[in-house]
Amino acid sequence: MIAPMIEKQSSRTFAGRVCGFYINGFRRMTVGKTLWKVIIIKLIIMFGVLKLFFFQDFLGTRFSTDQQRADYVLEQITAPVQVQAALQQGGGL
Amino acid sequence: MIENLNPTMVNWARAQFALTAMYHWIFVPLTLGITWIIAFYHTIYVKTGSEEWKNLTRFWMKLFAINFAIGVATGIIMEFEFGTNWSNYSWMVGDIFGAPLAIEGIAAFFLEATFFAVMFFGWDRVSKRFHLFSTWMVAIGSNLSAVWILVANAWMQHPVGQAFNPDTARFEMHNFSDVVFNPIAVSKFTHTTSAAMLFAALFIISISSFYLLKGRHIKMAKRSIVVAAVLGLLASGFVGFTGDEAAYEAARQQPMKLAAFEGLYQGKKNAGLVAFGMINSGKEVGDDQDPFHFEIRVPGLLSMLANRKFGSFVPGINDLVYGNAEYGIMGANEKMAKGKIAIAQLDAYKKLKRAGDETGAAAALSIFNNNKDYLGYGFLTRPEEAVPPVGLSFNAFHIMVVLGTIFPLVFLAFLYFSYKDTLVEQKWLLGGGTIMFFLGLAAHQAGWVVAEVGRQPWAIQDLLPVTVARSNLTTGTVQTTFFMFLILFTILLIAEVSIMLKQISIGPEEN
Repeated sequence: MIAPMIEKQSSRTFAGRVCGFYINGFRRMTVGKTLWKVIIIKLIIMFGVLKLFFFQDFLGTRFSTDQQRADYVLEQITAPVQVQAALQQGGGL
Repeated sequence: MIENLNPTMVNWARAQFALTAMYHWIFVPLTLGITWIIAFYHTIYVKTGSEEWKNLTRFWMKLFAINFAIGVATGIIMEFEFGTNWSNYSWMVGDIFGAPLAIEGIAAFFLEATFFAVMFFGWDRVSKRFHLFSTWMVAIGSNLSAVWILVANAWMQHPVGQAFNPDTARFEMHNFSDVVFNPIAVSKFTHTTSAAMLFAALFIISISSFYLLKGRHIKMAKRSIVVAAVLGLLASGFVGFTGDEAAYEAARQQPMKLAAFEGLYQGKKNAGLVAFGMINSGKEVGDDQDPFHFEIRVPGLLSMLANRKFGSFVPGINDLVYGNAEYGIMGANEKMAKGKIAIAQLDAYKKLKRAGDETGAAAALSIFNNNKDYLGYGFLTRPEEAVPPVGLSFNAFHIMVVLGTIFPLVFLAFLYFSYKDTLVEQKWLLGGGTIMFFLGLAAHQAGWVVAEVGRQPWAIQDLLPVTVARSNLTTGTVQTTFFMFLILFTILLIAEVSIMLKQISIGPEEN
């Protein structure tokens, strides 16, 4: 789709021209280089630190099957008496 | 395990989600709105061939890129929070949210991988028309990708097109079209995207006003202002129209939210809209205190807003909590009784099925189905718990409306003095213009508060309160991650502001 629109700079193949377009684009960036650094640092912190160590999937790490997860959630939502007792103990919201 | 539930944990988890969402919400509206305005600038450049318009377009594109880069992926943190802090909710809505969020992710990926790259890298490297097409596609695609997250949010406010599966404890999608064309989703999308364009126009006016005050980039600033003010003015009208639609839908689907953001405790015919007032924060549901220290109302306007009919009845908080037989309004107390039946029968169904009593299970399921629309009320301990924080909802709504009324006047003033060609001399207007971005941000954040605080205590309207949607975690765990986010977000915000200020200081390329 992009190929016919890109100015013919050489006799390179479609894939080569598209790759060249991206590579040159990244090379010419000025502010963009700083922005990419910010994005990469941010993603490393989010996925490499926060997700890995602090935001594990609560149900995913505690149960091995969907049936177990479903049973657990059903237990949670069909125990309103306990919920209410806990809420009253804690002073409500 | 549930006996360990700590309400303080729920509040910290809510605060964490609010922090994340409101931080994310700084960047998203600017991204959504400024792409349209850039597309107009770019179109003018292609039509005129003027290098000045080209430089102007490139400058705003650069600021857009900074905003986009800092904002990108901040929404992913909300998904982390769903799985960790809100696991019951996450499990229960997985089937509904899966499709819209997957479409959003795929659409965003393809959009960013193709048209974003062409928009930023394509200057003088692809044909002018294809480059312009890419800029428009970024605007259209960004806004379309917002559809899906708003569809998901709207479903929480008005859960249509679903059925609860008692075996899996999940809400399953039964009608995709009902979910997508949920009336709340339609009004949310139109209101959000038009408000985003308004916000972006204010952003451009703020920076351009700053340049005019400093006597820098005068031609570029004046041109930027004219286009932004025209689009901002159009967007303002649309925001008002869609805001009216949103209030009308709230009156249909979330009457408690409407009553809360108007501080209407006692329902009435020909209800007036509070134009200005100070709400009494000591007022409790059911007591005799006056809800306002003082207020100025526009007679009949709330009835018109809620029902499109002057003189019509608008239910108040007391009617919705305690019921109003005259108008056939079921109170939260009656709904709680039905909700408790639903929970008890769901419990019975589960136990009978495990015991192999299919007949008994079918009977329990039948009673559950008759009461399942009130499931969430079964988790409340007092009917008054169905009321959201009234003071916060009221103040947020009125801040949003007052600012939304001021903005079109600001756009008009900028257009008038631009037409007269005396804009540079209007120091008072330019001074005011520089702070418009911050007022726009305040209006946007207030809008988020109205939408999300106003629907409390529900994670899913009427079906699941936030107290049951949560995970069974300790308060300390959530507090730790709350402060980590606070530090991370503050650093990122400082990074954005400094990169943005540096680029503003450099300004556009001059010929």
